[in-house]
Amino acid sequence: MTSAMPIAHRETRTLTIAGVDLAADLSGALVWREERLLVVSDLHLEKGSSFAMRGVLLPPYDSAATLARLAAAIARHDPRTVIALGDSFHDGEAHQRLPVAAREALAALRRGRDWIWIAGNHDPALPRDLGGTVAGSIAVGPLTFRHEPTGARGEIAGHLHPKARVAARGRAVERRCFATDGDRAVMPAFGAYAGGLSIRHSAFARIFQGVAFMAHVLGDRGIHAIAAARCC
Amino acid sequence: MSIVPPAASPDIALPDAFRRWFAARGWAPRAHQLALLETARAARATLLIAPTGAGKTLAGFLPTLTELAAARPRTASTGHDGAASGGLHTLYISPLKALAVDIARNLERPIAEMALPIRVETRTGDTPPSRRQRQRRYPPDILLTTPEQLALLLASDDAPYLFASLKRIVLDELHALVTSKRGDLLSLGLARLWRLAPQAVATGLSATVAEPDDLRRFLVPQRAGEVRLADLVMAAAGAAPIVEMLDTKERLPWAGHSARHALNEIYDLIKANRTTLVFVNTRSQAEMLFQELWRINDDALAIALHHGSLDVAQRRKVEDAMAAGRLNAVVCTSSLDLGIDWGDIDLVVNVGAPKGASRMMQRIGRANHRLDEPSRAVMVPANRFEVLECRAAIDAIAANAQDTPPLRTGALDVLAQHVLGCACGAPFLSDELFDEVRSAAPYASLARSDFDDVVEFVATGGYALKTYERFARIRRGKDGRWRVANPKVRQSYRLNVGTIVEEQMLKVRLVRARHGAQGGATGPIARGGRLLGQIEEYFIEALSAGDTFVFGGEVVRYEALANDEVYVSRAHDSDARVPSYMGGKFPLSTYLAERVRLLLADEAAWRGLPDQVRAWLSLQKKLSRIPRPRELMVEPFPRAAKHYLVTYPFEGRLAHQTLGMLLTRRLERMRARPLGFVANEYALAVWALGDMSLMIRQGRLDLDALFDPDMLGDDLEAWLAESALMKRTFRSCAIISGLIPRRFPGEDKSRRQMLFSTDLVYDVLRKHQADHVLLRAARADAATGLLDLRRLGDMLSRIHGRITHRALDKISPLAVPVMLEIGREAVYGEASDALLAEAAEELVKEAMALD
Repeated sequence: MTSAMPIAHRETRTLTIAGVDLAADLSGALVWREERLLVVSDLHLEKGSSFAMRGVLLPPYDSAATLARLAAAIARHDPRTVIALGDSFHDGEAHQRLPVAAREALAALRRGRDWIWIAGNHDPALPRDLGGTVAGSIAVGPLTFRHEPTGARGEIAGHLHPKARVAARGRAVERRCFATDGDRAVMPAFGAYAGGLSIRHSAFARIFQGVAFMAHVLGDRGIHAIAAARCC
Repeated sequence: MSIVPPAASPDIALPDAFRRWFAARGWAPRAHQLALLETARAARATLLIAPTGAGKTLAGFLPTLTELAAARPRTASTGHDGAASGGLHTLYISPLKALAVDIARNLERPIAEMALPIRVETRTGDTPPSRRQRQRRYPPDILLTTPEQLALLLASDDAPYLFASLKRIVLDELHALVTSKRGDLLSLGLARLWRLAPQAVATGLSATVAEPDDLRRFLVPQRAGEVRLADLVMAAAGAAPIVEMLDTKERLPWAGHSARHALNEIYDLIKANRTTLVFVNTRSQAEMLFQELWRINDDALAIALHHGSLDVAQRRKVEDAMAAGRLNAVVCTSSLDLGIDWGDIDLVVNVGAPKGASRMMQRIGRANHRLDEPSRAVMVPANRFEVLECRAAIDAIAANAQDTPPLRTGALDVLAQHVLGCACGAPFLSDELFDEVRSAAPYASLARSDFDDVVEFVATGGYALKTYERFARIRRGKDGRWRVANPKVRQSYRLNVGTIVEEQMLKVRLVRARHGAQGGATGPIARGGRLLGQIEEYFIEALSAGDTFVFGGEVVRYEALANDEVYVSRAHDSDARVPSYMGGKFPLSTYLAERVRLLLADEAAWRGLPDQVRAWLSLQKKLSRIPRPRELMVEPFPRAAKHYLVTYPFEGRLAHQTLGMLLTRRLERMRARPLGFVANEYALAVWALGDMSLMIRQGRLDLDALFDPDMLGDDLEAWLAESALMKRTFRSCAIISGLIPRRFPGEDKSRRQMLFSTDLVYDVLRKHQADHVLLRAARADAATGLLDLRRLGDMLSRIHGRITHRALDKISPLAVPVMLEIGREAVYGEASDALLAEAAEELVKEAMALD
């Protein structure tokens, strides 16, 4: 029946990828402590207003919610460099629709830090006036940061929005997760309205050459390492 | 005038042609049929309450037929466009399109036989566009349709023209329509009709209900400060039904809902009768019983299956075979609670809990549609508690007691849909529409601020952060009238009208089992197997690979979910491990629950119970205590290194689940270290690591505080933030209100994977605008829907200060049924993290085992 197991309350969990120790943060950010580098993927800012343009009036609070979580993660880890790993904006005009408050919040986060915008499929042509550097991908030591995963060793990517579902005794929990096999990783989407793709989808099997990888699942209070094969 | 004495002279009421027609068929017009003619002549709205088989439908249409016959020369052809049309005369609305079609067929008979110049047409989702076009231009005299189609008609530009001539509105099965959001939608449609056609008079046809006045209010426009009622006509009651409880020779199970023990006895009942309807409460029970009956069907009786997940064509086939008298029995769910008349059903067998007295009477009414002969029914309880419930239901039926729910308060999400629909028709003024909406009984006490919030929501989302002005769906012009901002909005409204939110369904395919992959989900599976049907996504989501369940009459093993399809293989064990599709849809009615409590407490009444049950209750009395009607009894006891607390609120599974969630939160704070809970319709069992019995003794656990109604405050708030049931409730409000389209224009199929998840929208909205109108709508639903908060609140007030506890050193007889549910039903109360941590731990164990 139900176990009496104590729950590990861990805000971060160490993932070793291509020999580098990285801290997975409960918020969905990834932190390289030695480099004082923080990575977040798929912010999808202004996804709400993007739908509103097409008549689906989603609550216009997603950018504020996403940036508030990002601000908290940045405050926790005080990085020197922040990488936004692509699809930071939901569409090509999204940055222009960003409410003033969100724009200011973003500027405050950037202040005193290197900020690197990696281009994604939703935001392939990021304007130069965003502040920070715009790049297609970036390599730091043995790691390469790019939006769409290719499966290369040492690659940290996003794009797929991995989520894991674990079921037991007629109940299921579905959460965002990091997916990694120790050589490469796919990051969870960070955006408040970003949905997810099951890690059992064939897209993940292509990147990890099968199902021999781990899901580091973002729970309410801790990150849980669960074999992808255990998820459904 | 409220009740019309059914003594009107037929000579006055009925024209000659009709009298001759009745006579030719050997019939005499019934008193209530004549009474309806009288109220119609006085142009008074009327509610007709009549049992099945009383000629209710004909009663509803007689005023229309006689009026049209009198207004037209009888020589006119009965034909189509040739008949001189005075425009639409009567609108008939039914909850089922099959029923509308059937009624149209039934009406053709008197019309043809009396050669009446009357044109009758149906309009349902299946009506081809060309016919719809024609109906708008050349309306029939009588149009038979559904609430959704009415909404669509009202949202068109021709609505004023189409309905200007309307005289009568007939609402069939009104008791069934008013209990859901479809009833809200219908009430708003009626309000619109009363504005477009002030002369139109409504007639409601209904089975017996607890509060006829609720339905009478529904049928007439309400005005602020006064309650207005339609006339009431009560038909003479039919012969009293003969209802028995199966006195099984077998051992009565302690728990479970399968009634397998009584299988042979059910089979014998089917064999002994010509045509039997076997009702069960859930689809999985229907599947299981159907399968088991066929296993012992040595006489090759024609036994069929009917439930809501079966393909429509399949269901129609069963219904046709039934109507043609080719079947011995149909195993069915509430999918057959309503519907077309089948004539000769000898017996209704109800397997499992009756849940409500009125519901049971309506089911029993499906047997034998001849008024003067008693319907016969046999109740088959599946466990010991259900014996009590069946006994209570039989007593309630004998007393002709009703427990239909009270009239709803109109939902705000349905109002939002209606407001958008209104803007799609002629532009409206807020003040006028507000008055119109308040004339609908469910919305009679709608606050102006709520109405304005809804209009604002429809326009720009109703957000405090006003950033969507430029994306507005409706706009107010210089004349102060609201109209749709562009034609796309209109198109989107048409695609999304209606209040029935379908569960997300997944295709189920049969593949070969994977070899050697026990429990784990490794290795490829063969793709593209035979399509078995469709199943609710939420059911599949809670399964693990290897779980077995019954689907389409056979036991299958869940293999995988891949690319939006469910892969299953044939299972060889005959026991499905996952038995339920979320239990029954209806909880035990408050009224029946009360009767069960009284029955328990009344030892003299135990004489009417089977020996086994009497022995069980006597033992409970000896070892613990029989709960008194107004108290809440709590039994703490230890078992296998855990500590249990079993309690008996008798408030239905939904309310118990909510209570369980809230209790475990409190127990956690009181440091009892709760682990989980399980609920059934009658009881709730919570278990913990802490010795709750000792805590009570030492005063560290105060039961009055534990069950204090204030749990519906902060604890509830905190839980609602993450409750999956609340998120499902919100999703349905978001869809009905039109925030999130079911379908986008230009897309044929509803897309399974919505481009965003409503759960995420819920989280964000809750944090940033907790009083948003859609969250208010969802909370109102939670009061009566999946969370049953209102009932829980009533219970907590009722038992406040009346908690008795019996500390036991082992499980009591009364606690056995709910304890047996553990491992059988989903276990709630575990934090998500606990489940995730457990899955992570499996990995550790696996690794250790390899060493």
